[in-house]
Order: sequence, then C-alpha cells, then structure tokens
Amino acid sequence: MASYSTNEFRSGLKIMIDNDPCAIIENEFVKPGKGQAFNRVKIRNLKTGRVLEKTYKSGENVEAADVMDTTMQYLYNDGDAWHFMDPETFEQVAADANAVGDAVTWLKEQDMVTVTLWNGSPISVIPPNHVVLTVTETDPGVRGDTSGGGGKPATCDTGAVVRVPLFIDEGDQIKVDTRTGEYLGRAKD
Amino acid sequence: MSDWRPSASLETLQLRARVLARIRAFFDARGVLEVETPVLSQAAASDPHIESFITHNLATGRADYLHTSPEFAMKRLLASGSGSIYQLGKVFRRGEAGRRHNPEFTLLEWYRPGFDHHRLMDEVETLLQDVLAGYTTLAPARRYSYAELFQTYAGFDPFNADVDQLQTHVQQRGIDVTGLDGPAVDPWLDVVLTHEIEPALAREGPVFVYDYPASQAALAQIRPGRADGADRAERFELYVNGLELANGFHELRDVAEQRQRFEHDLAQRKAAGLDAVPLDERLLQALQAGLPDCAGVALGVDRLVMLAAGVDSIADVLCFDYARA
Repeated sequence: MASYSTNEFRSGLKIMIDNDPCAIIENEFVKPGKGQAFNRVKIRNLKTGRVLEKTYKSGENVEAADVMDTTMQYLYNDGDAWHFMDPETFEQVAADANAVGDAVTWLKEQDMVTVTLWNGSPISVIPPNHVVLTVTETDPGVRGDTSGGGGKPATCDTGAVVRVPLFIDEGDQIKVDTRTGEYLGRAKD
Repeated sequence: MSDWRPSASLETLQLRARVLARIRAFFDARGVLEVETPVLSQAAASDPHIESFITHNLATGRADYLHTSPEFAMKRLLASGSGSIYQLGKVFRRGEAGRRHNPEFTLLEWYRPGFDHHRLMDEVETLLQDVLAGYTTLAPARRYSYAELFQTYAGFDPFNADVDQLQTHVQQRGIDVTGLDGPAVDPWLDVVLTHEIEPALAREGPVFVYDYPASQAALAQIRPGRADGADRAERFELYVNGLELANGFHELRDVAEQRQRFEHDLAQRKAAGLDAVPLDERLLQALQAGLPDCAGVALGVDRLVMLAAGVDSIADVLCFDYARA
C-alpha cells in the first residue's frame, strides 16, 4: 500500500486518517533542539469537509489516500443518486446525497463539475464557479427598475434561491456565482 | 518559475551581514578566539534526534559525515588549551525543514572556560542585546527552571509526571498525537513543550529555561538531586518570542560518563531503527586528557536575523532556502 513519510508532507497531499481520506492544508515542522521532532498538520476530511489538527511523530509513515479530482459532466438524478460521466472515457459514476452535499442546488444537467473520486467512488462534488439558472418562481418584475437597490428572492430550476434585482421575471436566465450564491447578471441568450 | 531568485530580500541580506559583523566584534572585544573546525568528519553526532548528512570520498572510500554542530572538534581545541573560542559556520541536519528550520543553517557556537551555565546565560543575554540593538527592543530575559516553566505554562510538575498522566494532559488540551507509543516520558514532555508552552512563550520576549531532566542532558553535566530527588542537567535553552534560539551546557567532562551517553544514544538509535553511527573516539581521548571546566552554547544565527528583521520564516533570511538550493 502506498504511503508517505512525514518528510514528504506538504499542503495538498492526500492521506488516510481514521479510515477517511483527508487533504493536508498546512504542515508545520516543530522540534525542540535536543528533542523529538513532530509534524503538526491541519487537515480537511474530504468526506465531511471538517477541518481538524493532528500531530505526527516525525518519520512516521502515513497511508496515502487514492483520491483524484476529475472533471465530469452531470447527467441526471434518479431520485436516489446523482449520475456523472467522464467525457473522455464515457465512464459513469453515481454519487449519493452525502457526496453531492451543498452542490445539489447548483447542479444543472450537462454542466461540467469537479468530482472527487476516492478509490473510484465519488466523495464530493464541486460545481462550476459560475452557473446559468432559469428563474421558476419570483414576484412579478418591476420594469424600468435598474437601480439595483432592494432585490427579492427568486427560486431557480435547480432549487437554488438567489437574491435578484427587482426587474427579473420568471423564465429569465441568470448567472450566479456558486461560491457566494450571488447573482452576477442576466445571462445573454 | 522565478525560483532562481533569492528567498531573502536584498535589504535583509544587508542586515544579515551587519549581524554577523556585530557578532564578530562582540567576541573580538572580549578576547574570544575565532576558530574554524572541519565540516567533514569521520565521526557523527550520536543524538537519536539528530540525523547527519553523509558523503563518500570516492578517491579513498572514506565515509564523511557533515557536522551537525562543531561541538566535538571545539572541545578537542579546549582540551588542548585554546582558552575561550567561538565559531560561526554552516551545520547540516537531515530532515529538518519547515518554517523555522532549514537542513543547512548557520550556527554560532562558543565556549567559556571557568563559566557555568548561569554565567554563560548572562553572556548570551548581553550578546543578544548588543546584536539586536537598534533592530528590535527586548525586555530583560526571564529565567525559569524547566520545572517552573512547566508549572507556569502547563500547570504540572514535569519531574513527577508519568506517561499516562502526560497522555491525559495532552488529550485534555485537544492535541491528537500519532506515533508515540514507547514508555519514555521525554517525547510527551516535548509534545507539551512544542504544542502548549512554546506558543505561550510567543508573547514573552526572551526566556531562559535551565536545569533540565537528566534524561535530556545531552552533553551537559548532571547535578545530583537534593531532598526532592530528581537529578538536574545543567543545560539551558533560550527562547525569544517563542522561537528557540540557543542551547547551552555546563559541559560534561567525565570521559566514562561521556562514553556511557554515547552508548546509550546508540542503543536508542538501534531501538528506533536508525542507522548506527561512528562515535568520536578523538573526543573521548580529549576528555581523557582533560577538558577544562567550561560552559558552551550554540545559537541559531538565521533565527537571530529573523528577530532582527522581524520576519517569521527562515527562508526570508537565507540567500537561497533549501528548496532553491
């Protein structure tokens, strides 16, 4: 089984901790001049997203996590799982609600997303930074109001609720930043 | 890629040169002789927590270790009557790399016949004030014994703590450690020191810690315990703002005791699966001939420059850090 020595620790390295795949965020080497050396690491559990701190005696070996970020196309949801396809190999994977997590409100069929695979199975999904969504429900638009002041909630076709300017109507296509949930503008057809 | 460029700014390199000049002026004024001992040695440091680089002379087949400190050679000079000596130079330690560590770094080491560790602490503090004058203002150093340090910053007596108690203490502090499974207390004390005490010292300016557990004596004399039992190693460390800057000893002079510590180191290395290393028989011969009563200290010059420059990363004071070397 592949493993890393603490000497190889650096941010971004994927290791197994308590049977979960994790990514090192920060690695600090600490050592009293005449004593035991340690690697203090801050890590993100890639399944839960939780950040935790751990210390390894320097020189320890830690099991590597077989984790890969892959660009895939979102195909459809069958009620239980979300299906994605590798556009090059046409291989498909199914992700459960845990893996999809908060990305669920940004998933539009055909969009390209980043799927993190652990031993070949999806553990997390990152939507594109910007998505174009269709407004399915909002208060009637106020024409001529382009001041940008105020705003109102709009429900979109993926289920996302986005704060939009007053002039937006049902059926409009809007561009949204998935990292902040902010409305960016009207999408040009 | 722009990593052909220096990791330090030109301004910092100028500061570094002035710090080196001040160090030399300090010792010159005190009549301490500058020496240069070999970087390559047939013997290696035996300390199980320090790993030497090794190189091979292809012409002769001789294996050479790059020194991890000039201590052994300088003691051979002392034993042959050199008097007070200092050395400024590069030393090499395998596997030590990080924000505050570079595998190749500059060490200032000096020895004072007739001094004990307390008197040498006074001189270290004077040097620190002299060299940093105008760059940063330091409060007078505080001094804690190792026991007082742990009582003050971690709330327990390190001389009366067993592994179970230390493990519990560390867990209660939310520190999750992997890889420590032996019966030894010292690695757990090191966890408390590096994870709990050093961060607290970040707000404290200069702090000397002295009188270590005998098990952490390294090459310091051990003073037998009085009524309270535990022996004390006459060793000290200097921290400035939580950064470990110097380590000093009231030097061990007893040749039989020195050999025993070497052998103990080798046994520990073997138990930890580390390479055996050749011991410095010439140091033992020098001790046999007679080392004067003296105290010695090694001070990390790069870290001293970090303090002068007000930077937090060792790469910021090096022409080229290890990644760019």
